[in-house]
Amino acid sequence: MTILSFSELIERCKKENKRIYEIALEEEAFLQAETLDVIRIKTLETLLAMKDAIKDGLKSSEKSISNWCGDDCIKLQNKYKKTPALFGKIFEKITTYALATAEENLRMGRIVACPTAGSCGIVPSVIVAVAEEENISETEQINGLLTAGLVGLIVSNKVQLAGAVAGCQAECGVASAMAAAALTQMLGGNVDEILQATALALKNILGLTCDPVCGLVEVPCIKRNAFLAIHAVTASELALCGVESKIPLDEIVDTLKITGQLMSPLLKETSQGGLAKTKTALDLEKKLFNNKQ
Amino acid sequence: MEQKSIFSVISPIMVGPSSSHTAGAVRLGLMAKNIYNNDFAKVKFILYNSFATTGFGHGTDKGLLAGVLGYGVDDISIKNIFSIVNNVEYSYEYMQDISRHPNSVDIIIDDKMTISGDSIGAGEIRINNINGFATDIDGSYDTLLLMYKDKPGMISMVSDIIQKRRVNIASLHCGRNSKGGTASMYLALDVPIGDDVVEIVKQIDDVFFVTNIRKLK
Ligand code: SF4
Repeated sequence: MTILSFSELIERCKKENKRIYEIALEEEAFLQAETLDVIRIKTLETLLAMKDAIKDGLKSSEKSISNWCGDDCIKLQNKYKKTPALFGKIFEKITTYALATAEENLRMGRIVACPTAGSCGIVPSVIVAVAEEENISETEQINGLLTAGLVGLIVSNKVQLAGAVAGCQAECGVASAMAAAALTQMLGGNVDEILQATALALKNILGLTCDPVCGLVEVPCIKRNAFLAIHAVTASELALCGVESKIPLDEIVDTLKITGQLMSPLLKETSQGGLAKTKTALDLEKKLFNNKQ
Repeated sequence: MEQKSIFSVISPIMVGPSSSHTAGAVRLGLMAKNIYNNDFAKVKFILYNSFATTGFGHGTDKGLLAGVLGYGVDDISIKNIFSIVNNVEYSYEYMQDISRHPNSVDIIIDDKMTISGDSIGAGEIRINNINGFATDIDGSYDTLLLMYKDKPGMISMVSDIIQKRRVNIASLHCGRNSKGGTASMYLALDVPIGDDVVEIVKQIDDVFFVTNIRKLK
């Protein structure tokens, strides 16, 4: 049975006294005609691929096609070696892991799209960093990833998760909402708290456009992964102390969709507006195409 | 609404940089390869809209080519595909057409078959036209596709052959360009059928093209 809305999901969790990841497992097992264990193993494989991408990204400083990105993660690691982050170890890990993954992506390295490649650093950085620092078991990390998966799926039933369709709201924005859900699950939040965290994260990225410079998934995408990973933590912290979004999650998703429709095509991955049309971006574009010829 | 997998949002494991412009492109290429289902010497890609404007920066050109050559979305050699490919002549064209999806492509193989598809986000794709026939194939099912001269009785004949193999048909679609003209049929199947079935279907009078399309992994 397809779950079309978050209110349906809450109702089902309450009626069956289940957590979101349990519903995700059951639905997926039914869909794929597999056992719950097989789905767990598949989810674990995804988690391990995320960890590999972080590992690869932390080591590399190889530049991208454009030659102007690829070494931010190394810079950040060097900084933390000298002076620790103001917000502590978890902040350090989330920001470096998010950049590591996003930079690995632009090198055409192997990553996990979550939900998309441009936003691939957000969910993994939050899950892995918090798990390492808070000693969260692999099983619980899988539960977090399954929770993120179902949350993202319900959004994607209403709006296609592509910058070209709804702007970056639908990529990094939804990734941040998924990460907030995963984190709240891993920290022991209940179903309401998980979905409040999702709502808070999603509500606060509405309107985010997609205007990549020179059409590359580099500027502003890479650093945005670090920002929106931290954004997810804020949402989770608020939700876990009982803060609630005044606007229900389903209405926020509808708003995201409508905002995406209202957004000019110039700001939806065409690189015809926004940052992509700044003087500096146009200069870079000229240089890039000259070098290519 | 058909149920989707949570792995549509926490996958694929792929090479970057873009799920719609890189992984989607590879998968469109792979589907075209599976549909053509034969060796070929020449392939041309016509990229539309955002695929055309921002494709080069996302490796869309490399992805499409790697796909038709059979590379998977997580193959790290996609990056160097231009220096790997030999024996296949390839070319690209770039167009704007607002009647098409933002991320859209025509793949023309050996000047014989034109396969059109969209990359609809998160690496998901749809093949929506094959040689002028509207289709809706997303690569999640093994699919039998045939083209034939429009005439009565064709559906029951084909489904009969498949039923005899005890293969369940998940969905069946037909279309034609005019009454008595050329028609197409595609059947999504729960399990793959063997190429021997294709041979049997080929024997039916007035069937001029049959292909056994493997689903995408
Ligand atoms: S700005 Fe556009 S290309 Fe970059 S991550 Fe966001 S949606 Fe993707």
